[in-house]
Amino acid sequence: MLEHGGSRTPLWRRPFVRRALIQVLFLGALFAVYWWLAGNLISNLRRSQLTTDFRFLSQPAGFAIPNSDFSSTQSIGRAILVGARNTISVSVVGIVLATFVGVLVGIARLSQNWLVRRAAGAYVESLRNVPVLVVIIFFYSAVVLQLPPLARAKQWLGAVIVSNGGIAVPSLRDAGASTAFGWAVVGAVVAAIAVWIWRGRVFDRTGTPAVRPRWSVGAFVAITAGAYVVLGFPVEPSLPERQGPRILGGIVLNTEYAALLFGLVAYTASHIAEIVRGSIQAVSVGQSEAALALGLSNAQRMRLVVLPQAFRVMIPPLANQYLNLTKNSSLAIAIGFPELTRIVRIAIGQSAPAPQAILVMMAIYLSFSLAIAAATNVVNRRLQVAR
Amino acid sequence: MTLPVAEQEPLPPTPPEVRGLTPGAWVRTNLVYSPAGVAMTVVFGAFAAWVLFKLVRFVFVSAHWEIVRRNLALFMTGRFPREQQWRLWIAFALVVIVIAVRAGTRSGTRALEPRALARRWWPVALFAVVVASLARTLLPVLGIAGLAALALGARAAGRLVPVRARRWVPLLVAAGVVAGFEVIVSGSDTGLDRWGGLMLTLYLAVGGIAISFPLGVLLALGRRSTLPAVRAASVAYIELFRGVPLVTVLFMASLLIGFFLPPRSEPPDIVTRALIGLVMFTAAYIAEIVRGGLQAVPRGQVEAAHALGLSNTRTIVFIVLPQALRSVIPATVGQFISLFKDTSLVATISLFELLNVAQTVTKQPDFLGQGLHAETLLFAAFVYWVGAYWMSRASQRLESRLGVGNR
Repeated sequence: MLEHGGSRTPLWRRPFVRRALIQVLFLGALFAVYWWLAGNLISNLRRSQLTTDFRFLSQPAGFAIPNSDFSSTQSIGRAILVGARNTISVSVVGIVLATFVGVLVGIARLSQNWLVRRAAGAYVESLRNVPVLVVIIFFYSAVVLQLPPLARAKQWLGAVIVSNGGIAVPSLRDAGASTAFGWAVVGAVVAAIAVWIWRGRVFDRTGTPAVRPRWSVGAFVAITAGAYVVLGFPVEPSLPERQGPRILGGIVLNTEYAALLFGLVAYTASHIAEIVRGSIQAVSVGQSEAALALGLSNAQRMRLVVLPQAFRVMIPPLANQYLNLTKNSSLAIAIGFPELTRIVRIAIGQSAPAPQAILVMMAIYLSFSLAIAAATNVVNRRLQVAR
Repeated sequence: MTLPVAEQEPLPPTPPEVRGLTPGAWVRTNLVYSPAGVAMTVVFGAFAAWVLFKLVRFVFVSAHWEIVRRNLALFMTGRFPREQQWRLWIAFALVVIVIAVRAGTRSGTRALEPRALARRWWPVALFAVVVASLARTLLPVLGIAGLAALALGARAAGRLVPVRARRWVPLLVAAGVVAGFEVIVSGSDTGLDRWGGLMLTLYLAVGGIAISFPLGVLLALGRRSTLPAVRAASVAYIELFRGVPLVTVLFMASLLIGFFLPPRSEPPDIVTRALIGLVMFTAAYIAEIVRGGLQAVPRGQVEAAHALGLSNTRTIVFIVLPQALRSVIPATVGQFISLFKDTSLVATISLFELLNVAQTVTKQPDFLGQGLHAETLLFAAFVYWVGAYWMSRASQRLESRLGVGNR
């Protein structure tokens, strides 16, 4: 601020004073609103004689959760944890499957074959414009519940039983040393990652081709097979078998879980397909033309030139879709799957205090969102072009 | 010696070049370009034929559309009292007239061109045809035909509006919508609690879009503000509402709004609470989208505006916002389409909108246990599909008209 002679700028015209004044007024108004809201909240809670603390978390639940070992005498806090675990389970499997299907359909939309293009286009356009809740309820009411009952259920390839009580898929069964084998598999994964990094360093140092996929997969397979033999065949496949009214063996995806999974995967895969297609088309045509001029085949062009660049563009919108899938799992409330939102609703129905319970639920969802956002930020930063 | 060019006979016109491929060449390049191509064509062709056959057979032969036929009024208007339905027709006619007038003012020199009109309005026309075919009495069919004629007439009238008056026509559209709303709710027992079906879905969608857009723009400006308090408050709001599912927000709105009002006051009705939840949720997403647009406006624009002496507010309103908003039209309309589809989630707080109707009618005594979920859900999905597809096509037209991505 220049000072001309003896006159200084008046107080009300100084930017610093004006900004400070505006902020004080804004904060004052905000605090006044919060004070009023909090006051109403507390007086309303007091009038309806609900507690204002979180003691409800340790009280017995009074309801059971199907398909789990939760009994009604355990605490509400544990019920919420079971719900969160169900949410995570459906979200992780859903993300993996949706990415797989979505990438396939996205690439199919760019195929040279007109039929494949149109079929993929029809799938994407029909599922993108329909609400996800409709898709989920459709899969539940009109698909899974219409499957034949267990007595007349079909068995596909001798391994998968499809009925309206659930879908049974084969799994692994402990036959001796399954925990040790589990640790061996974990060790094999770590070794595969280490081999990947090592081969990358070898390439940087000496220029010999890294062929990282072959080395990593080879290391994983070698260690796993070795552990399998050394531990004396610790696990064996367990195929689902019908035994009267029940299914023995295998893993049973119960009706609600299967419907929720199919609905979420079908819907999210259509969005992921659009993202993949858009990011492949965003790689400039000159790159493809140069690759073809250099004599690369179509497959090499996709794998070495187009897809790595498309991958970089894909990551933020893909992360958004993963977040959406995690949040859309809360729609299971409409079909009765006991995930987090439904359990909190039941708890509130059983007279847990609503504001605190909703606060807990929102905190859990916020932590899921922040975790996914943080993970994708890390991947994003590693893929950025160094400036 | 040849004549001067001006006196020579003009050359005969050359026949136009054939663009595109002949049918045989098209098949060769698109279907049978290699052994793998042939295999894919055969496999996908068989699969597509099977799917199409089952779908057509379901829709036209084996489905029992009686459940939709008998409950068509429920699907469209919910539990609205029958004797007041004339209000709906009047309100609908008002809205159709003002929208058609606006379409007429924008039609330029194009008179009634069937092909252009068909290309623009075919999703709505398809919807009208399907609904008319499901009606059991003649009255709805006559009503729809009358509305179509009214639309064409109003469009012709719109072309007669003098050019100077055309800037006020959007105001006329808003006035028409509000007038229609008033016509409906001014009857006895026709308040929002009796609305349902597609009517409620449209009310939530249009109201949600109209209110969440200014709120989102304000939040985006607040997030970019240089005042730390304003920015912190905006960031907290945006991150909170983007991190939780919409079902949670609706749940919160339905249960907690009553807790936050003074103890002896009446909480707003459930429809308004659902609308508040939808608006607060969507505003956070709009804020993030508009923030991306604001970041894309070059700094030179702001500096030039300041050099010309425009105050901060004037700069934002006249220079920054128009460019920012235009560049994010695709993402914004995508968010509005999501809002339209997400109105289905208010079914989880027991509002009787389109999806809830589809689920409830299968429990009627006449249709219980017949497994008619596919029919009702397909009808509801079709209605949503028409709305969302039409909105995305309108967005593409708007983008090309405003030159998004080219300027």
